[in-house]
Amino acid sequence: MYKVYHRIERIAGSVITVKAEGVAYQELAQVTSGQGISLARVNRIDGDMVDLQVFAGSRGISTESQVRFFGKPMDTPFGDSLLGRVFTGAGVPRDNGPLIEENSVPIGGPSVNPSKRIVPTRMVRTGIPMIDVFNTLVVSQKLPIFSVAGEPYNQLLARIALQAEVDVIVLGGMGLKFDDYLYLKDFLEKNGALSRSVMFVHTASDPIVECMLVPDVALAVAEQFATKGKNVLVLLTDMTNFADALKEIAITMEQIPSNRGYPGDLYSQLASRYEKAVDFEGSGSITILAVTTMPGDDVTHPVPDNTGYITEGQFYLRKGRIEPFGSLSRLKQQVNGKTRSDHRTIANTMIQLYASFRETLEKQSMGFRMSGWDQKVLKYGERFEKEMMDLSVNIPLERALDLCWIILADCFNPEETGIPSKLINEYWPKKG
Amino acid sequence: MATNGKIIGVNGNLIRVAFTDAVVQNEVAYAKLASGVKLKSEVIRIRGDYAELQVFEDTTGLKTGDDVEFTGELLSVELGPGLLTQIFDGLQNPLPRLATECGFFLQRGKYLHALPRRKKWTFTPVAKVGDKLTAGETLGTVPEGIFKHRIMVPFKIQGSVTVESILAEGDYVIDDVIATLKDSEGKIIEAKMSQFWPIKIPIKQYAERLRPDEPMVTQQRIIDTFFPVARGGTYCIPGPFGAGKTVLQQLTSRYADVDIVIFAACGERAGEVVETLREFPDLLDPRTGKSLMERTLIICNTSSMPVAAREASVYTGVTLAEYYRQMGLNVLLLADSTSRWAQALREMSGRLEEIPGEEAFPAYLESVIASFYERGGVVRLKDGTKGSVTIGGTVSPAGGNFEEPVTQATLKVVGAFHGLSRERSDQRRFPAIHPLDSWSKYEGIIDVAKVSAARHILVEGGEVNQMMKVVGEEGTSMEDFVVYLKSEYLDAVYLQQDAYNDIDSACSAERQKYLFGKVFQILKTPMTFKEKDVARSFFLKLTQITKDWNRIEFQSQEFKNLEVQIFKSVAEAEIHV
Repeated sequence: MYKVYHRIERIAGSVITVKAEGVAYQELAQVTSGQGISLARVNRIDGDMVDLQVFAGSRGISTESQVRFFGKPMDTPFGDSLLGRVFTGAGVPRDNGPLIEENSVPIGGPSVNPSKRIVPTRMVRTGIPMIDVFNTLVVSQKLPIFSVAGEPYNQLLARIALQAEVDVIVLGGMGLKFDDYLYLKDFLEKNGALSRSVMFVHTASDPIVECMLVPDVALAVAEQFATKGKNVLVLLTDMTNFADALKEIAITMEQIPSNRGYPGDLYSQLASRYEKAVDFEGSGSITILAVTTMPGDDVTHPVPDNTGYITEGQFYLRKGRIEPFGSLSRLKQQVNGKTRSDHRTIANTMIQLYASFRETLEKQSMGFRMSGWDQKVLKYGERFEKEMMDLSVNIPLERALDLCWIILADCFNPEETGIPSKLINEYWPKKG
Repeated sequence: MATNGKIIGVNGNLIRVAFTDAVVQNEVAYAKLASGVKLKSEVIRIRGDYAELQVFEDTTGLKTGDDVEFTGELLSVELGPGLLTQIFDGLQNPLPRLATECGFFLQRGKYLHALPRRKKWTFTPVAKVGDKLTAGETLGTVPEGIFKHRIMVPFKIQGSVTVESILAEGDYVIDDVIATLKDSEGKIIEAKMSQFWPIKIPIKQYAERLRPDEPMVTQQRIIDTFFPVARGGTYCIPGPFGAGKTVLQQLTSRYADVDIVIFAACGERAGEVVETLREFPDLLDPRTGKSLMERTLIICNTSSMPVAAREASVYTGVTLAEYYRQMGLNVLLLADSTSRWAQALREMSGRLEEIPGEEAFPAYLESVIASFYERGGVVRLKDGTKGSVTIGGTVSPAGGNFEEPVTQATLKVVGAFHGLSRERSDQRRFPAIHPLDSWSKYEGIIDVAKVSAARHILVEGGEVNQMMKVVGEEGTSMEDFVVYLKSEYLDAVYLQQDAYNDIDSACSAERQKYLFGKVFQILKTPMTFKEKDVARSFFLKLTQITKDWNRIEFQSQEFKNLEVQIFKSVAEAEIHV
């Protein structure tokens, strides 16, 4: 019943063109060539000419290779049996386990009705003061980690995954180095988290089209878990590789590039993935943490730039620390007003003072005399970096807040902090 | 008779359709999937015997040979009582009712009526049989929440018509014919409570357009005092991500001194709309004592919803705004973000393989943006009353660089520019509107000469600060240093507001005038200090109590006490002379 075609008209990059009739947009097909069997997806129809993206790439495909259309769009199996397993972007097991074919669910499904969304109210505790105190992570938030190559972003992701209280972890790896893939897998396994995880991994040496599929498959699975009442944490690393895959395909398809070669719909493409983060009323939730590496540490590069406009804040990971400037959790005010009455004020004050510290450092490096105030600020900055910013610090929120007050009291007089007098009376540590 | 066509190509949300009879540019058509589901589309280019259509939905599953039905109608919205408090998508589908029918997820090809069909409205006729009227004049009114909703002679009518019959006072549904009108050629037209109007054509059924000269108070000090917006004016808020565009718009939608706020969330995060959706019903409008939702209408086409409908959403918003302006109301349209709409244009332009302009935006970007903002304005209606549409659009420039095409095209047509700065937002200075780069061509609530003197202090303070970075504090004279501290003081206690404090988040015009007077007096007080550290700690303390003062209810006893305290310490500084 499937239609089979034997004549391929055009091959370029990972896109092939077949003359075929009655083929639907986004339909799935199978391409059989001397190199083996690969799936492919329709992504342009022009009369009877059909363009397909071949998941495994076009290397080795001959003009006489066989193309078989399935008559349905791409889907992914779903069930609890996915837990503890590792797959490729195309859904093929990577862990020598059995192929799963139960309960197919479509990928890249429709958007959630905005009127069914609820205002997020639950904090995700991570034990990292730079997150918990200053940029609180919230259930259903979508947050990228902006970083440059070489930073320990995968380690940070793994640690958050482990310490966050969630039911299911879905990990989507795109263009991962094989070592990083093994690190993430081993880390989850060693800490007993693999049994509540599903991994979809595309490594740097795998075909590029599979890279594009990873977020869709990972999020489709996460969505299914969430609608069944589970709180899901989706980790995506690294979204810049995903965007580069989009770029590669777009250029192959001869689309007009908009900015540094990226397609004009980069924003929409990224948004439709990130917007899957949701808290379903009366059911589960999806929280997304994604790594976005910034080529050349340039935040105005199209990928981090577009991402920043989509996500609800961002963490900057620089020199092994989460930078307080630029890092932002847009949803923090939904939760940090309810944790403790001093939370908001202390977070703002600490950052403002740290900003003065940076300014003073600049002045110092230019050889200016340090005033009494400058000395205080310098002392403060050093303690802040050591006791708060260091990623090895692992303390619960309340203890971190107390520590903030101690640092302030050690370095300043109350009125120098600009904290409202009411809070000073309540929290300022008494001397003695 | 509607034309039919067949699909001959699919590329993303662009389809190519072969047709035989006549096709109208920008008319609506429906592409039929094999399952029978019909996807709404709009004709955007016609070439010989085929037309190119943008589909407002995901096109998965469409194939060559699928049927397309053309409707002959331009993309339109329904105008009538019952629009307020609703939440629509870009094509005016009511989202809450879609949710009751389809659940958590949006279902493609599902279209619902914008207005409730069965709800009865109490109609009071205004026009009488025999009256000669023109399009946009009032036939009668119905109460819609806190407003008197005018039922008008349909906007499409040309020339004058005579009222042949009109219903007596009573309860009717929107599909009832409430009046019959006879045009100059003797043709009978039936008028209902609702009518349709194409979104890309401005509603111009008024007597004349006026110059915007009344300020629209937003209760944000930096805006009302330094960069005011006039009713019927236009302004834009460009800023890099995380600079607080949306928080600023949310506060504006809450406190702005207008009758109706239409919020068009265009290609932005769904979560932000949700905050408005869930909070507004419980917030009281201080002017009316009713829920804020009663004066609000939300158009919500968030970033993951189909791209083509994103373009429609800003036009839907402005058309609804113009409709309420026809009733003599002041309407504020907030569009967040116009860059996403421009990107939607860019995506379509790319698929059409048009020759790209700067950053691949289409060459017609500027004229499209200009004609959108030009739909704002104050008008005198045919009955002499005034109405206005104020448009505030955010811009999300790539890389936070204001040189990019969308920001530049917008700056050419707006009357005020509130540029947000990354630097200020990093320093947690809210609102992060840059006090030196921004501008406004409108008149505000405070004497222009004083405002420019205050601005001058900011400029001078900024210069001293720059200089200090080079020569250090020890190389700066006490005089300059005090100027710097005064500018920082003005910034901290006046330009910045605490968005999370119930009192400080909104500062009434009266309070602004009062506070500005006092702060200005302090700025003008000559001061000198023995040492810079003394000066700094004096200003730190002064800033602290003035901020506390901002957080206290206006003219309460505590407020007066603190004022005395502030001026006592200022007097002490003066003694240092």
